[in-house]
Amino acid sequence: MPAEHPVTRVVLAEDAVLLREGLAGLLERFGFQPVAMVGDAQALKAAVAEHAPDLVITDIRMPPTFTDEGLRAAAELRRASPGLAVVVLSQYVQAAYAADLLDSGDGRGVGYLLKDRVADIEEFIAALRRVSEGGTVVDPQVISQLLRRRRDPLSVLSAREREVLALIAEGHSNAAIARRLVVSEAAVGKHVGNILFKLRLPQTDDTNRRVLAVLAYLRSDSQDR
Amino acid sequence: MRTSAPQTALAAVAWRRLLVSNWPWRSAGYLLTTGPVALAAAALLAVPWLVLVARLAAGDYQAGVMVVLALLGIALAAGLGPVAAAPLADLERRRLRMVDTRPAVPRYRKPPASGVVAWLRDRYTNPDAWREVGYAFLLAVVAPVPTAAALFAGPLGVFLVAGPFLVLAQQPGSRPVALAFGHASTAGQALPYAIAGLVLLAAAPYLLTLVAGGHAAVASALLLGGPAGQLRAELTEVSRSRARLADAFEAERRRIERDLHDGAQQKLISLTMQLGLARLDLPPGSPAAGSVAAAHDQAKQLMAELRELIHGIQPQVLTDLGLPAALDELADQSPIPVTVDAHLDGRLPSAIENTAYFVAAEALANIAKHSRATGASVTARLHGGLFTLEISDNGHGGADPGRGTGLTGLADRVAVAGGRMLLSSPPGGPTVLRVEVPCPQSTPSPG
Repeated sequence: MPAEHPVTRVVLAEDAVLLREGLAGLLERFGFQPVAMVGDAQALKAAVAEHAPDLVITDIRMPPTFTDEGLRAAAELRRASPGLAVVVLSQYVQAAYAADLLDSGDGRGVGYLLKDRVADIEEFIAALRRVSEGGTVVDPQVISQLLRRRRDPLSVLSAREREVLALIAEGHSNAAIARRLVVSEAAVGKHVGNILFKLRLPQTDDTNRRVLAVLAYLRSDSQDR
Repeated sequence: MRTSAPQTALAAVAWRRLLVSNWPWRSAGYLLTTGPVALAAAALLAVPWLVLVARLAAGDYQAGVMVVLALLGIALAAGLGPVAAAPLADLERRRLRMVDTRPAVPRYRKPPASGVVAWLRDRYTNPDAWREVGYAFLLAVVAPVPTAAALFAGPLGVFLVAGPFLVLAQQPGSRPVALAFGHASTAGQALPYAIAGLVLLAAAPYLLTLVAGGHAAVASALLLGGPAGQLRAELTEVSRSRARLADAFEAERRRIERDLHDGAQQKLISLTMQLGLARLDLPPGSPAAGSVAAAHDQAKQLMAELRELIHGIQPQVLTDLGLPAALDELADQSPIPVTVDAHLDGRLPSAIENTAYFVAAEALANIAKHSRATGASVTARLHGGLFTLEISDNGHGGADPGRGTGLTGLADRVAVAGGRMLLSSPPGGPTVLRVEVPCPQSTPSPG
């Protein structure tokens, strides 16, 4: 597997040592190169300045205040270098956090994942790859939180369309969605077209733009509630 | 209750363990310190009266001087008394704790309006302030005699008991020894005095305690609030201890949450990740792969459960982002549509945030379970030092605090934070649950 991908250099910030070591091992095994492993936001910023990595993975809750310093550090890093791919791991789902991240650097190369996702190794690694290639990954739980917020406008969608919408928001391509739902890619294309039409969103084939459009739609709703 | 230790010196007099208790000593301390205080009171208020009494005692009845002294005394007492008595009464209330351990509040209560003028006006018109003046007079004029008598009883007893030895120690033929109320030339003559001294010594602790107790009773009657006041003081103490308990409980909850998060949760994630890796390495279909897959799934499930548990103990979103965000999250999780309108500038004290959050969580859960509502709304406001939280729904109403413990538990929580909870739920609806908690202005949020 490593041969299929160029080596991605990673800076990892996580204050729980056991988990940090485990993650580093996991990354190495799947062809990433952890260049620095740190335990707090300050050290994270220093390590990024020193190593200029391709990808940053950071926990949100770290010393000294154990609130959201990882997120703030990530946002700061993104402001300094908008192209830097960042995956933020959170203990719990908070749509506001995801929104903060997506607002930085056009929402490209950003991931917001529940920490539990590291247990599903292959999906987690796939998400890291997507982000380091400039994609957007938002935890399905955030999506469902956002979807729950406004049932009335979304009630124009059928159950299958909502299912497809959730998968779009997670950053899946039409082909991937078709595999997931065990339907033809053409059927997915039709669903996507319907969704975008019903929600009055611009038609686009670029997976990432689609994700952003959907998220922007969902979030604009959450803000003017 | 009869066997329990007395709370006042007066009650201690009749206590059979008085002599081995510290009450006589406390009483002696109280009476010893009475001296200087009484002197100060006399110097401030009673000088003309004392001169008057002294002149009367000396048989000087000059009418003019009498009138002048009396007028001076009245002027001094009326003019200076209410103001001078305030610090004196404060001191005396504090001193009273030596011989009266019952919870108590001052009888005189400061006027609600602040400022020196309001206070002065109150001091001259409030009967309780004049009670303090009266106490100051009693302290200056009446207290010294019994206090001195009680304090001297012990030393006098010692002296009398020593009488026969003093007589024996003298050169034969010298002058008789003066023993308080008489003279003795021989040890035999001194013996009755010695016996009287013994009795006096035995009585001294009781006398001390009795006089101190009597003084304290008068002081308590004039300076301290009555049974209602005491009840209020006890209630205040109980409320404070309840608030302290709630704070301790709160701190403990945060600690547990922190421990679980930093310890168990991280290790479990790590373990689950390792199982996930092992699962990848095992050839599919092998017996080992099956067990590892099962273990991995169970670990994942446990991880989700632990996350829920920790969230229930102390929601992170509340700690990190404050009440509006936490209410938003609650609304998101509710199975019925909930609109949230929470405009708060900055963060509230954590006790209020927590109370509001748990009330909202419980109320929304109740609405979803019982009300058959199709919509609910949550409003949070901070206005004029009062935090209000209102949760209403369009359900069928009829919520009854008497049934079940849910609503009562909520009201208890609110009461601990110093607030109150109001419920309006007529049959047919709508139901409105309102919480009001006095709250200092919120602190501006960082950043």
